[in-house]
Amino acid sequence: MSRRPWRWLIPLAALPVLALLAYGFRVDPRAIPSPLVGRPAPGFTLTAFDGTPLGLEAQRGRVVVLNFWASWCYPACYEEAPVLERSWRAYRDRGVLVVGVDIQDTVEAARKFMRDFGLSFPNAPDPTGKVSVDYGTYGVPETFFLDRRGRIRAKHVGALTDEVVRTHVERLLAEPAS
Amino acid sequence: MIPELGYGAAIVALGLALWGAVAAALGERTGRPALLLSAQHAAVGVFVLVTACFALLTYAFLTFDFSVRYVATNTNLGTPFYYRITGVWGALEGSIILWTWMLALYTLIVILRHRESARELYPWVLTVMLGVLAFFLLVITVAAPPFARLSPVPADGRGLNPLLEDTGMITHPVALYLGFTGLTVPFAFAMAALCTGRVGDAWITMTRRWTIVAWYFLSLGLLIGGWWSYHVLGWGGYWAWDPVENAAFMPWLTATAFLHSVMIQERRRMLKLWNLALVILTFGLTLFGTFLTRSGVIASVHAFTQGTIGAFFLSFLALVMLSALGLLAWRWEALSAQGALDSVVSRESVFLLNNVMLVAAAFTVFFGTVFPLLSEALRGVKVSVGAPFFNQVNVPLFLGLIFLMGVGPLIAWRRATVDNLRRNFLGPVLTGVAAATFFFALGVRSALAVLTLALTVFVAATIALDFARATRARARLGEPLLPAMGGLLRRHNRRYGGFVVHLGILIIAVGVTGSQAWSVQTETTLDRGQSAALAGYRVRFEDLTASEESNHFKVAGTFTVSDGRVLGVLRPAKKFYPQEQSPIAYVDYRLGLREDIYLVLGDFARDGSRATVKFQVNRLVSWIWIGGLVLTAGAGLAILPETKRTA
Repeated sequence: MSRRPWRWLIPLAALPVLALLAYGFRVDPRAIPSPLVGRPAPGFTLTAFDGTPLGLEAQRGRVVVLNFWASWCYPACYEEAPVLERSWRAYRDRGVLVVGVDIQDTVEAARKFMRDFGLSFPNAPDPTGKVSVDYGTYGVPETFFLDRRGRIRAKHVGALTDEVVRTHVERLLAEPAS
Repeated sequence: MIPELGYGAAIVALGLALWGAVAAALGERTGRPALLLSAQHAAVGVFVLVTACFALLTYAFLTFDFSVRYVATNTNLGTPFYYRITGVWGALEGSIILWTWMLALYTLIVILRHRESARELYPWVLTVMLGVLAFFLLVITVAAPPFARLSPVPADGRGLNPLLEDTGMITHPVALYLGFTGLTVPFAFAMAALCTGRVGDAWITMTRRWTIVAWYFLSLGLLIGGWWSYHVLGWGGYWAWDPVENAAFMPWLTATAFLHSVMIQERRRMLKLWNLALVILTFGLTLFGTFLTRSGVIASVHAFTQGTIGAFFLSFLALVMLSALGLLAWRWEALSAQGALDSVVSRESVFLLNNVMLVAAAFTVFFGTVFPLLSEALRGVKVSVGAPFFNQVNVPLFLGLIFLMGVGPLIAWRRATVDNLRRNFLGPVLTGVAAATFFFALGVRSALAVLTLALTVFVAATIALDFARATRARARLGEPLLPAMGGLLRRHNRRYGGFVVHLGILIIAVGVTGSQAWSVQTETTLDRGQSAALAGYRVRFEDLTASEESNHFKVAGTFTVSDGRVLGVLRPAKKFYPQEQSPIAYVDYRLGLREDIYLVLGDFARDGSRATVKFQVNRLVSWIWIGGLVLTAGAGLAILPETKRTA
C-alpha cells in the first residue's frame, strides 16, 4: 500500500478553503464605516421621559455617549443597559454625559424597561424618528461617542461592553477641551 | 420549568447520540450484537427526546413564555396563532431544532428499513448518523441554546421578522431541511462503504431512493423559496444569487450530478471513486451552507446571526471533510481499479460531461459566493459579486445541460453508432430546428431565448419519441393503448420518473427564459382616479385605506386592473411594524399562464390623494411553479418501489 503516497494530499486540498472560511471570522461584512464620523453631531431637542427638555447644544464641552435603543430589542439592548448605567455612574463626575434615545417604541414599554434596569441617565423618546434619521441609524442598539467639541468621533453597532465604553471615553477625555 | 425540561432533554439526547455512535462502531468491530442493539435503542431515544424538545419549544411559543429569550425575540402578543407555530423555526435556534428533529427521524427510518437488509454497512451508517446528530445536539446545548432565559422578563416580545409571516415561510424551511438532512443518509452509507471496504455497488443501490427523496425536497425547498421571494419581497424576481440561495443551490447541483453518475456505476462498474467524492462534496456543501447562513461570515439578506456558532460549524466541516477525504485516500487502491470509456460518443461520456458541467456550475457558484471573502483576505478590498457574474457563467452551462438532457437518455451505452444516432435524434433535432424557426417567425429576437426554447423542444421531442416507441412496442403485443402507457410508467418507473422530472425542469427553463426576456415594468405616481398603462393593461388608482392589524399598521392602495374590460381589483400595501425601521411591502398580483400583473405600493400622500406604484407585467413566471408540480410528479414516480420485471 506504499504506492501512490500523493493520494494523502487529497484531504489537504480542503485546507485552503477551510482557512479562508476561518479568516471570515476576523472580518465583519457589515462593518461599513459611518460617514458621520468626524463630522459635527446633528443637534436635537427632545422631551425626556421625566418631562425636562433634552438637547445637545447645552452640552458642548462634555464628552457625550449617545445611545439609540428600544425596549423590544433583545438581546442586545438588554445586555448593554447595565453597561450604560454603570458607565454613567462611573464617569458622570468626570463630565461625561450618557444620553439615551428610545426609538420606535411605546412609552409604557420604554418606562418599564428603564424601571427594570434602574436607568438614571437622561433618556428621551424620539416620537417622529427625526433624530434616528439624522444620525443614520439602521438598527438598535447603536451608540455614538461625541467629543467635547460636539463632533462624532466613533460609532458602535450592537451591544456595548464596559471595555468599549472605557476605550472610547478615556480617549476622548484625554483630549484637550478646545 | 418547561425550558429546563427542554434543556435537560437536549443534554440527555446528546449523551445518547454520543454513546450510540461509539456503541455501533464497537459492535461492528467486536461483533457483539448487544452493542449494536444498544446503539439502536439510543437512536430511538434521541428521536423521542428531540421530539420532546421541539414540542416544549412550541409550547413556549403558544403560551407566550417571554422568559425564554428565543420566544421573546421571535414572537409577540400580536403574532397570529399559526405564525407562533412556524415562528418556532423562524430563526437560528429553533431552525436547528427542526433540523435535528428531521435528522433523528431519518435515522429512525434508516433503522427500520436497513437494519436487516444492510447488515455489513448498517453499524457504520448508524455511527455516522448518530455522530452528525451529536454535533447538532452539541450546537443546541452549547452554541445556540433555544431555551436560554431572559431576565428581566419583558412584557411583550419583539415579534417574528415580518417577512417571515407568509405561508411560503412555513413550508420553505421544512422542505429545504428535509433535503439537507436527507443527504446525510447517502453520506452515511458512503462512509460505511469506505470504513468496511465494501466500496462496490451495495451502498449505491441502497441509497438510490434516499438520494431522490432528498434531492426532491431540496428542489421543492428552492422552488418555494423562489415563490416566497417573488410574492413577498416585491422586486418581481425569484432568484437573486444571494449567498444563502447559493448555499442551497450548490448541494442541489452536486446531488443532481450524483443522481446521474450512479447510473454509470450501476451499469458499467465505473466511477466508484467519483461517486464517493460527489457524496462527500454534497454533504460538505450542506454543512457549508449551514455555516454560511449562520456564521455571519458573508453578508446576505437572510443570514441569521453572528456568534460562536460559526466556529462550531467550521470545526465540524473541517472534521467531516478531512476524515471523509482521508478515508477516500485510504481506500484508494480498491477504488481506482475500474473500466475505461469505450467511446466518446456513448451514454457514459454524455453522463460524464453532464457531471463535469454540474460540478463546474457548483464550483462557479462557490467561487462567486466566497469571492468577497477571498478579495478581502488577499487584497483587503471589499467587493460584492452580483447576479451578472453568476448569470454569465451559469447560463451557458445550463444550456449545455439541457442539451445533454435530450441526448443522455437515448444515446447507446458503450459506443453509439451512426445508425443509433440517426434513429434517435434525427426527428428531435429537426423538431428543434423547426421550433427555432417558428419562434423567430413569431418575432422572438433574443438569441438566448430562441436557443433555450429550441433546446427545450428538442429535449421534449426525444422524450416523446422514446415514450411513443415503447408504447407502440407494448401495443404491438396486444395491449390497449392507455394500459400500455400506464404499465410502462409503472414497470419502468425509474426511467420515466426521470423523464417526467426532466419535463418539469424544461418547463421551469421556459418560465425562467420568458420572465427574463419579456417582463416589463414601470413606476409612476398617480393621483386618485388616474391610470397607468403597460403592455395593454391599465391600472387605475382608486383609493387608499389604512387599517390597524393585530401586530402592524397597514396602508393599502386600491387599484383597478383592466385590459379594456375590468379584470379585477388589486390591493398592494405597506405594512408598518413597530419593531421595524422601514415598512414592509405587501405585493398584490394576478397570476396568469401567459403573464402576471404585479403591483407594489411605493410612497403615498398621507391624505390618500396620490400614490406611487411599481407596475410589472411578468411573463411566463407561472410556468416555474407549474414545472415544480411536474417535477413533483416525476420524483414521486421515480421513488415508487421497483416492480419485479416479468418481461
